[in-house]
Amino acid sequence: MATDTTVRRADPSGSAAERAWDRLDLKWLVIGVCVAFAVYIAVIPLGFLFWQSFRTPQSAAADAVWTLSNFTTAYGTSDTARLFWTSIQFALGTSVFAFTLGTALAWMNERTNTPFKTVFYALSLIPLVIPSILFTVSWILLASPQIGIINLVLQSWLGLQAPPFDIYSIGGMIWVDGLHYSPMAFLLMTAAFRAMDPSLEESATMSGAGIFQVLWRITLRLTWPAIVATILILFIRAIESFEVPALLGLPAGIEVFTSAIYQAVHRYPSQVGLASAYAVSLLVITTCGVYFVSRLSGQGSKYATMTGKGFRPRQIDLGRWRWFTSAIFVVYFLLIVVLPFAVLLWSSFQRFYAVPSMEALQNLTIEPYRFILSYPNLGRTVLNSVMLSFSAATIVMLVASVICWIVVKTKYPARWLLDNVASLPIVFPGLVLGLSIMIFYLNVDIGIYGTIWIMLIAYITRFMPYGLRYATTSMLQIHKELEESAAMSGASWVTTFRRIILPLLKPGLVAGWIYVMIVSIRELSTSILLYSPDTQVISIVIWELWENGQYVELSALGVMFILALFIMVMVAQWLGRRYGVKE
Amino acid sequence: MLVVEGLFTEYPNDRGEVVKAAQDVSFTVDEGRLFTLLGPSGCGKTTTLRSIAGLERPRAGEISVNGQVVYSSAKKVFVAPNRRGFGMVFQSYAIWPHMTVFENAAFPLDVGRKSYSRKDLRDKVMRVLTAVQLDHLADREATKLSGGQQQRLALARALVMEPALLLLDEPLSNLDAKLREKMRFELKRLQRELKITTVYVTHDQSEALALSHQIAVMNEGRIQQIGTPREIYENPGSQFVADFVGNTNFIEGTVSSGGVRTELGDIRVATNGLAPNDKVAISIRPEDVDLKETRPSGNNVWEGRVEQKVFLGEAVDFQVKVGSRTLLSRQHPTLRTKVGESIFVCLDPEKCVVLKIS
Repeated sequence: MATDTTVRRADPSGSAAERAWDRLDLKWLVIGVCVAFAVYIAVIPLGFLFWQSFRTPQSAAADAVWTLSNFTTAYGTSDTARLFWTSIQFALGTSVFAFTLGTALAWMNERTNTPFKTVFYALSLIPLVIPSILFTVSWILLASPQIGIINLVLQSWLGLQAPPFDIYSIGGMIWVDGLHYSPMAFLLMTAAFRAMDPSLEESATMSGAGIFQVLWRITLRLTWPAIVATILILFIRAIESFEVPALLGLPAGIEVFTSAIYQAVHRYPSQVGLASAYAVSLLVITTCGVYFVSRLSGQGSKYATMTGKGFRPRQIDLGRWRWFTSAIFVVYFLLIVVLPFAVLLWSSFQRFYAVPSMEALQNLTIEPYRFILSYPNLGRTVLNSVMLSFSAATIVMLVASVICWIVVKTKYPARWLLDNVASLPIVFPGLVLGLSIMIFYLNVDIGIYGTIWIMLIAYITRFMPYGLRYATTSMLQIHKELEESAAMSGASWVTTFRRIILPLLKPGLVAGWIYVMIVSIRELSTSILLYSPDTQVISIVIWELWENGQYVELSALGVMFILALFIMVMVAQWLGRRYGVKE
Repeated sequence: MLVVEGLFTEYPNDRGEVVKAAQDVSFTVDEGRLFTLLGPSGCGKTTTLRSIAGLERPRAGEISVNGQVVYSSAKKVFVAPNRRGFGMVFQSYAIWPHMTVFENAAFPLDVGRKSYSRKDLRDKVMRVLTAVQLDHLADREATKLSGGQQQRLALARALVMEPALLLLDEPLSNLDAKLREKMRFELKRLQRELKITTVYVTHDQSEALALSHQIAVMNEGRIQQIGTPREIYENPGSQFVADFVGNTNFIEGTVSSGGVRTELGDIRVATNGLAPNDKVAISIRPEDVDLKETRPSGNNVWEGRVEQKVFLGEAVDFQVKVGSRTLLSRQHPTLRTKVGESIFVCLDPEKCVVLKIS
């Protein structure tokens, strides 16, 4: 080209202009479809929720009519204040506990020379694959005052009269739920730490700051958007958590919003309107949170820490303390994986549940496994679970990447509203979402009721907000010049999105995809109202076993389910590393 | 040839206030010329460049390249940046970290309107990588490049589609001094060889002087002066330009018959076009302030005292106190007058630029 002195003319006219129109249309088509889809799935159940909260229950005897009684019942007593307080206590405790634990581990893993940390990174993801109901059941087996193994062991070692731990308490609930969701905080914060330019920390070190000063005054301050987003996600997830309050709270009379909603639905006659009225409070709380985060993402460029220049993370030498951090990982891993899994494994080889003893050891049997493997329709059930979770994760992450591009990278006037709308499903406890989707598609018959499609729509709706947060966290870190240089290279919007944005988003997309896939495959509270015999999924079978009191069979299915999920995640991780962004 | 006519670009900042980034900016860049927008940060030079690129949408004005209008408020034309076919090098280089060197450079051809055969594409990319001396690193990951290499890769990517116009946004500001100097020559050589019409944005006046055919000095959104590097340097049109481009001494005074009356005394200098008693400032560059140890003959000679000196290797900077004024003078290192000794200062009327203070 050194000899080529002629200069190509910019030619916006003629056929090129027509093609430009085509491409422009494709851009708006993609954006339009994604926005319309997000609005549709978010607004439909929301509208129904409001509508339902002003209706009386429909029964054979009387048609539903308009009423305000649901709100007076829900908010007319002093019990409501207690319900509200308990919910906040539980959600705040859980999110702070999970966040502190997850962030500490992420920091140790990303920024220090803790020995064997790559092993720990792989291991600390395992708890994510353990479904909440199995994790809760296993902690009942570990720390219930009557049969909890930890209690029994400590009592006999220390000669205590009373059991030291009571899992059926608000502390027990925070412990189990917070522990279970700390890996989520770990994943989100790891992504944030990775995206940060380490020279920002190094310059603080050079300014004379010690390890903890750098952590406190630079690292945590710069990852502020990620921190707020993470705590928000944990808080909302905790406040809509169903299994832990149902299994641990209700026996002790501790009620939070979700368990109140659950009881309202399961009363006879079903009080759907009352449940919806409770759900409106959740909506108010979470809308405030989402609005705050979207305000935060408006400040994108201030926190754009990933520039076009290469970045190589550096590690802090902890010296002798690295063995201490290593020990923390070991203890954490024991509490969150080894003990729960071990107790399920033990129980799965029993004919009837018994506390470990020499006597019980002689009664080992594989009967529960035989029972599960001959369970009717097992193959179909597994296939349903796998297909649903794969499709849901893929669709969620693709739509989420477009939505969060609009929210973070453009200046369209209503973008914060779009973020809010797409994040709306976050306010739905799974049970209420399932219910509203069910009744909507019963009333508006487009032929998907009772099919696998209604479950797919439910999963996508339910997990879109989480996919969106993963994608947004990553999107915030992409410097806008990386996009602009593609435009200057002649790439259309669609090409830029496909070849620049998506690959750069890949760390967030892969993390989000794995997350959505896992939470979909173990999803329970929404599926429970939407499944039919043809579309039964694995978590439903577990729930049925729990209801029937078949604990050893549940344990056997649980063990197999966890192992399968574990293998699946390992494969996904491996694929992610193989085809993901090179670090 | 690039023509920018009456360009206004404004945008709201975080607090919703309107930033008047470019105000009535007009200039023409002839085919194959390198045109520099020079000014302090916040003067609107980058906004002007981004408006030409199409990354900002101006409020009013017209931009055309080789006769094709790419933006016009009157004709309601706005060509999207990816349809303009301009090459651009960003300040952060914006090298895509998920691609190799080759893939980065090949991207514009890959996504362009014209499709190339595999071999043609490879040839074109390798030719441009050779031109910036990165051919041996083609298969390396882009993040493994040094700063100077990333800069050259960004340049290669901007050049590979043989753009009608090359836009450079402070491309050298992230490099260390030595490398910057080297890249300055590289850039100049490439631009002169390829004869590619170029708009260059910088706040570094020595870069602007070294590279440009023409310079526009900007301040507060407006162009203050356009000229060749020599014109800008030797004949600044305002105090701002004289001060921003290079070092200078200002001596304030009023116009009198045959010269300017200042606190040093009358300075003999041509005052064409100025009325008596106009307030003016005389600008004279340090290298034009002559120092002699013995009194020279002629006008505009004062006796002063050496207050301080700084040895720079190829030159010595003297601070000379004349009355209550301190003048800066740059001299050849052979002048060895000591600090505190007296010295004669003479100002060549030819080199004095009289600027009206408004």
